[in-house]
Parts: sequence; C-alpha cells; structure tokens
Amino acid sequence: MVDMTRYNAIKDPLAENRIFLSRVVAVFIIVLLLTFGLIARLVYLQVVGHEHYSTMAKSNRIKIVPLIPTRGIIYDRHGRVLAENIPSYSLELIPEQIKDLDDTLQKLQQLLDIPDEKIEQFLKQKKREKRFSSVPLLLRMSDEEVAKFSVVRPYYPGVDVHARLVRHYPYDILTAHVVGYVGRINEKELKSLPMSEYRGTHHVGKIGIEKAYESQLHGQTGYSEIETNAQGRSVKSVASDDPVPGANLYLTLDIDLQKTAYQALEGYNGAVVALEVKTGDILVFTSRPGFDPNPFVYGISSKAYKALQLSDDRPMFNRALRGQYPPGSTIKPFMGLAGLEYKVTDFQHKLYCPGYYQLPKVKHKYRDWKKWGHGWVDLNDAVTQSCDVYFYDLARTLGIDRMHDFLQKFGFGEKTGVDLVGEKSGLLPSREWKRKTRKQPWYPGETLIAGIGQGFMQVTPLQLARATATLANRGRVVMPHLVDRIVNSNYTKAGVSKSKSQINLNPKNVEDIVSAMVNVVHGARGTARTLKQDINYLIAGKTGTAQVFSVKQEEKYNEDEIAFKLRDHALFITFAPAYDPQIAVAVIVENGGHGGSVAAPIAGKIMKQFLMGPEEVVDAN
Amino acid sequence: MQTETRSEQFVPSSFIGNLLRKLHIDIPLFIGLLLVCSLSFLILYSAGGQDINILMRQGARIGVAFILMIVLAHINPQHFHRHSAALYIFGVLLLLTVLLVGQIGKGAQRWLDLGLFRFQPSEMIKITTPMMIAWYLSGYTLPPKPMQLFRAAVLIIIPTLLIAKQPDLGTSLLVASSGAAVLFFAGLSWRFMLITVAALASLTPVLWHFMRDYQKGRVLTLLNPEADPLGKGYHIIQSKIAIGSGGIHGKGWLGSTQAKLDFLPESSTDFIFAVYAEEFGFSGCLGLLVLYLLIISRCLYISVQAQDTYSRLLAGSLTFTFFVYVFVNIGMVIGILPVVGVPLPLISYGGTSMVTLLASFGILMSIHTHRKLLPT
Repeated sequence: MVDMTRYNAIKDPLAENRIFLSRVVAVFIIVLLLTFGLIARLVYLQVVGHEHYSTMAKSNRIKIVPLIPTRGIIYDRHGRVLAENIPSYSLELIPEQIKDLDDTLQKLQQLLDIPDEKIEQFLKQKKREKRFSSVPLLLRMSDEEVAKFSVVRPYYPGVDVHARLVRHYPYDILTAHVVGYVGRINEKELKSLPMSEYRGTHHVGKIGIEKAYESQLHGQTGYSEIETNAQGRSVKSVASDDPVPGANLYLTLDIDLQKTAYQALEGYNGAVVALEVKTGDILVFTSRPGFDPNPFVYGISSKAYKALQLSDDRPMFNRALRGQYPPGSTIKPFMGLAGLEYKVTDFQHKLYCPGYYQLPKVKHKYRDWKKWGHGWVDLNDAVTQSCDVYFYDLARTLGIDRMHDFLQKFGFGEKTGVDLVGEKSGLLPSREWKRKTRKQPWYPGETLIAGIGQGFMQVTPLQLARATATLANRGRVVMPHLVDRIVNSNYTKAGVSKSKSQINLNPKNVEDIVSAMVNVVHGARGTARTLKQDINYLIAGKTGTAQVFSVKQEEKYNEDEIAFKLRDHALFITFAPAYDPQIAVAVIVENGGHGGSVAAPIAGKIMKQFLMGPEEVVDAN
Repeated sequence: MQTETRSEQFVPSSFIGNLLRKLHIDIPLFIGLLLVCSLSFLILYSAGGQDINILMRQGARIGVAFILMIVLAHINPQHFHRHSAALYIFGVLLLLTVLLVGQIGKGAQRWLDLGLFRFQPSEMIKITTPMMIAWYLSGYTLPPKPMQLFRAAVLIIIPTLLIAKQPDLGTSLLVASSGAAVLFFAGLSWRFMLITVAALASLTPVLWHFMRDYQKGRVLTLLNPEADPLGKGYHIIQSKIAIGSGGIHGKGWLGSTQAKLDFLPESSTDFIFAVYAEEFGFSGCLGLLVLYLLIISRCLYISVQAQDTYSRLLAGSLTFTFFVYVFVNIGMVIGILPVVGVPLPLISYGGTSMVTLLASFGILMSIHTHRKLLPT
C-alpha cells in the first residue's frame, strides 16, 4: 500500500518550498532566541554576578581536602591482627607549587639518598594526578630522614612530610595468598573505581581478601574545608564531613594452624586447605612458597618484583585457589561411593588384581602402581591399598557419563564460590566436554584413566578440601568461605550465607566408604598408617599420587633417577574424627613423590593441633 | 541569488580557491569550521594542562575528520538518497550488536572493537537517522499525513531507545532531536507539536520512574546545586564560579585558575566551555556564539538552496542538530540544563563527535556543491 502511493502523489514543489522556507525561518528564530537565552545567562554570571563569583573564586583558597577513611582491619578467627594500618611518614610534593621540579628532585635526592627508581615512580604517578594534588615521593621515611628534611623544609615550598597510615601485614609470608595486599591504584583501576569515593586514596586491594572485600574495607571518604595561605599551605580547617572508616573483617582462618601448615610444607612447593566440616569455615589456606606482601604496599622495586615473577617456584601463584592438579587416587573414595550408589558393585564384591588391567580386544595394559598386583581385593582393600585395577574395572562399568554426573555433585569441575577473586574451576571431563573443546569422541581407555584420577581430570586444592568435607558431612554440601563476619560501627554482618543443599546418598554406602578410609590410616595395610600414632581419635583419609609425566609400557619407574621436577605430586585428603568430623584437610605437595609419606604427615600435624591443642604437639616433640 | 554570486567570488580565482572548489568544498563554511577548530587548539592547550600530546592527538583526529568531510563532500547527494534505508538498517543492527556484546561485558557499552580501531555505532546513527526520515518523507507530498508521521516516529524511536539503553542519554537525545527536526522541516503542524509537547510533559513522572539513579541525581542537582555542595552539585557550582569570575574580559589565555582547579575533572571534554569562559570572559563567549551562529546561518542558507526535498530536509536537520549540540553543552556548563554527556562541538577533546560533526558538514557541502545550475 505504501509503495503504491509512494512517488505517485502529485507533488507541489512550490507549496513544499514555501513550507520549508517558513520552517527555516522559524528554526532561525528559535536558534536566535535560545542563543539570546544563553547570552542572558552569561550576562547574569559574568557581568552582573562577576563580583560575587570573583570573591568566591578568591575564597576558593578554601580548599576541599578529602579525608581518607581508615581501612578496615583484618583479624583471624581468634582476633589476631592479619592486616593493620600503621602510621608512617611520607615525603610528598605538590608539583603546581614547585617552580623547578627537576632541580628540587635532584636536591632532595642528594639530601635523602633517594634511589633513581623512586624518582621515576614519582614522575610516573605525577602524570596521572592533577597538578595541584600531593604526590608521594618517599613512603615509610625513617625518623632520621624526617629530621633531615625538617631542617631544610622552609627552602622547599610545595614539599612536605605527611603522616599517613600505611597497610602492614604482620604475618607477611603466611597470609600473602589469603589476605592479599593493597598497592598503588593503577591506571586501569583508576577508570573503574568510583572517583568520588577514592579521592585522596592512593591504595586499593590487589589480590586476596583485600581485593574481594575492597568496597567494605575502604570506607567512605570525608571532606574537610581547609583555609590555605598564598603558598597553598593549610592554615586551619573551616568545616568538615568526617570519613566513615572501612569495616573490619573477621576471617575464619586460624593463623596458628596456617603457620603449622606452611612450615610443614618446608622444602616443597604445594598447598594445604583445611575446612571446618560443619560450617565450611576455611581454617588453613596455604600456598607455598608465599612472599612478603609488605613491599607491595609502598612500591616494590622492579628488581625484586622481577625476581618474584621469574622464580621457578612461582611464589606469586596461589596454588590453593588456582593450582589445578590431577586428583590421582584421592578420587577413589568418591568413585567407590559412585559404584555403590549406582549399584554396579557392592562392598564385598571381590576382584583379582594381577597388576594390570586390559580392555577386551585391546593389547594395551593399564598398569597398577604395584607391579605384581594386589591379588584378590574387595572395595575396602581397594581403597586402603589404593588398588588401581579395581577402579579401572569400576570405571568401565560405571562409564564416563555416570562418573561425571556423580562427581559433579561433590563440586568437582566447578568453582567453589569462595570469597576470593580468580578461582579456577578445575576440570571434570565428560563426553560432551571433549566433543566441544577437543572436537574428538570419548575413548573407553580415557574412562579407565579418569577412574584413578588421571588424564584430563583436574582439581584445585580448595575443591578437594570441599569435596572431602562434603563426604565427611555425609553428603551435606559445604560452602568454603574465608570471611566470618563484617563488623562496622553500625552493624555486624555474616560473611557468606551457608549452603543448605544435601546430596542424596544411601547412609550405609557412605559409612562403608568412611570405614575404608579409616582403614587407610588405622588398618594394617593402609597407605597412611604412619598417621595413627599419638592420637586419641580416628582419622579417615586417602592418599594420592598424581603423575606429572606418564611412564611407558613395561618401563620401570625409579623415583631417584628422575629429575625432581618430574616427580609425582603427593596428595592426601582426610577428615577427623571419622565418626564426628570437625576438620577436613586437603594437601598437595608438588613433586612430593608418594602421598602417604609426604602429604599425609602434613595433614596429620594440622588435625592434631586443631583437635588436641598446640600444647600436645609441643609435648610430642 | 546575489549571495550565491558573492560566494562564488569569495576567493578570486586564485590557486587555493580553485582547488577548494574542485574539492567540492564550500568556502565560507570551511573557513568557519577552521576558525572554531583553531580555537579548539588554543583552549585545549590551556585546559589540558599545557600538554602538547593532547594537542597532537586532537590534531590527528581533526585531520582524519577533515579528510572524511572532504570525501563525503565529493559524493553526489543522490547516492546518500539511494542508500539511506540501507545505512539506517545497518546502523541499527550495529547498535543491537553493541547491546548484545555489552550484556556479555558489564556497564555501559558503546564501542565496537574492530581490532584496528574502535567504532561507536551511536555516532553513525546521528547521521543515518535523519537520512532515513528525510528519505521516507521525501517520497510523499509534504506536509506528512498522520500515518506517515507515525511510521517516521517509530523509525526515530527505535535507535533512540537502543542508545538510551546503553545508557547514553546525551546521544539518544541528539538522535531523537535530529529525527524530530526532519519532521519539523517537513511541515509538521504547529498544533500537533503543541499536543506532543503537552503529552510528553504529562509523561514526565513516568519517565522519571525509568531514569537511572545517577540521571535523577543530575536533574535534582540542576534544580538545587547547593543541596549537595560537596557531592554532585560541586561540579556545577565550580563551573559557575569559573565562568562568573571570568568577568567581561576574562583572565587571559592560560590564565584560568578556577576551571582548572580541583573538581572539574572534565575540563578538557564536556566542561571545556568553563575554561574558555574564564579565560576569555563574556566578550570571548559572545564571539564564540557569533561564530557558531554564522556557521548555522550558512548551513541554513545551504538548506534553502538545496534543490530537492530529501537534500533540504537532511541539510536542515543536520544544521539543527549542530545547534542542539551547542545549546545543550553550553546550557549544562552554565547551569541551566542538566548534566548530559554532550561535548562542545568542534572544541571538546575527543574524537568521535568531531568525526561525526565534520561528516555532517561534508554532507552539507556535498548538497551545496552538487547543485545543477538551473535557472530558478
């Protein structure tokens, strides 16, 4: 219809011209009128109001200075300070008030022996700030430096010593990966942070709790109207709007246990995560090696930073949160439970283990870690002695789809949702995953490998701890978290809401698996039987050894002959007391060799200290 | 036609004059634009803290924008006419893409990253919307019938809402006004406009309901800046102090103290007029407004001279949009309009608006320089 009439209408160009011309005139009049409106307003501001605004401009000597809120303090579960603010003197320059900046910097450098790097850092930061704002040159001045400068201060207009509160981490290396640290605001953050809130703030949380809870820790900036003299120095405060200090955080972490864990990892790289079983409170969150977060606060030297970054041990890498490892045999209790739940096996069912397993019509031999085999084993023996062949067979009967579905319930392959930034999700392989990402079908052999926690499967130490705690809870899902409560002057808030979901499991099956895990520690042939000494409770556990590289068919594996970096990762998951669980621990020791001898004692120490108290540990030593 | 002869003789057959004419450049308009752009350098140098890098970047942008202008001036307006609908649809699709990509990211999403450079589809829409409406209406006898008006309104509202959703209030306002301007030039009846304005006014509470908190804040701040002098109102108060303290003659180039001080974080972009007003005073402001008025007058003249309905409507709308830029920006800086993100045309620091504006001037030049020499 539209197109019928389109262009068919008889146009009257003259009439159209006339309309258009009248409209142009109308627009011109509107433009003129509105412009006169603008001019009238400008007359009001610049001619009539000139004197008024001039005075206001002069009295703009009254500067509005942001009052920086005190950052919230971070405590551990027993109220010990993990992050605090300590007063410190800093030398600050206001570029606008300095006539010859280069000359001033040179003189200050001579006077206070400032390294070139600090000058460069200052110049970089200066570019980002407004000319009239105060830019720090030296942080953490010593008393001597303050005294030296005070003497010559009158000769340096625009340069002043400021007392600022600087973040300090008393447990430095122990908390670097949990509490994290604050650092100078960089350009990217400058764009994403709410400017009005961060006026005057120079630091922002970079990693860990400091980053995850930045908005709560920061507080609200206040303002002070300050009268200044001609040189811009503050004379007196006229009015102020007080800042609201940031909220204090009480973590679930136990710094004593954290220390024990860190020291127990001595000589290795690895991670330990311990959870309180019923609440999901994270008691220990250790990644070794750590690093001292304090230099980051006042600007780490690029040399020191490079050394941290280039170190082969990767101290900046948060293994507990972001390290992804094959779970190895620690997956077996979950696999066993899957077998029982899907009724493809029962607890008494026996299987002969000759030391290898073969798929029908395939020549390839899937080896057991024990070359000569375990003989006849039931599920209890298979868990206690960590028989691979039993689980190859179980995996084959379960199939990858049911394995995937069951293990997913324990949180494998998914982020735990812990209150930290940058968590990795691990990998729980499935037929679909492989088709999507690798564009390949799933092969039966891969199911076998997955059955003993090798191959594609990857878990983070945090996931492993969570799954263990969920098992200890008899299926009630645990939500690991670090912040117990957020305390402000007005309120106290719980950190993370606790999970209430429950995996549907047959209680008998769970108790069977738990009893097998108890035998891992307390049984005569258990792979972690060294742990049972000097304790008055029962431990349930499972050792694991994750292959870093694969051993060829029929090749003998010798721990001493291969380079340290290629040695297997040692793992151990555990909870105790087995029939009234309170603590669950997951330990991963990179290149540690065997789980029972290296990883298990670390978990043992932590549980002992948690359940029997630190005095007992001292007595035992 | 007297003016026309004058302008043809504006630069006597000198080399430069011939060259400019060959390039399809309208000389009076070109001179006006050059003047404003040079003024931009002066003010930016002062507002940007005398940073030569800012000037270099702005220079590069102006260069690119001028080249685009000359390229567009070369294209016969018939081509614009023929491709109006396609360009419009393409622009709307780009907007949808940006929204979808934006939903995956977070916060305001206005950019399309093309690898080599980033592109803001909402800028292109500022030109393609009036093109579309002009093309649609020029197919009928003017003034438009109610049904045509309704369809045109829908065509305007689609991109406007898409941009408002980004959210970019300033640009959606400019797009809506550019489309509405076409309707106005097409002879929309005064009575109809009155009714629409009344209806919109009655819809204000509904609109208020849908506005984001920060947008509400800006309106409230305008009504009473002193209510929150340290927070949102500070911007406007400081801006007024800067402009007012400039007086009649201003404090001289590089002499501004207030506008560059403390809390005018956008002194190089949206609030650059405050710096200008403080340094050059009322007389300088008057001069700038006159310069803008001259450009607008020349553009309106070009619209009247245009030979077909499409060119006329498009030229008129582009001219009006340019004025909306000027009025909204200055109005907000001097505190009579709420703060919306509209730059001071051809002067504010920033590339995208510069390119779009000079592109629209390129279209105006094309309309003017491709006229057939018919005796009328």
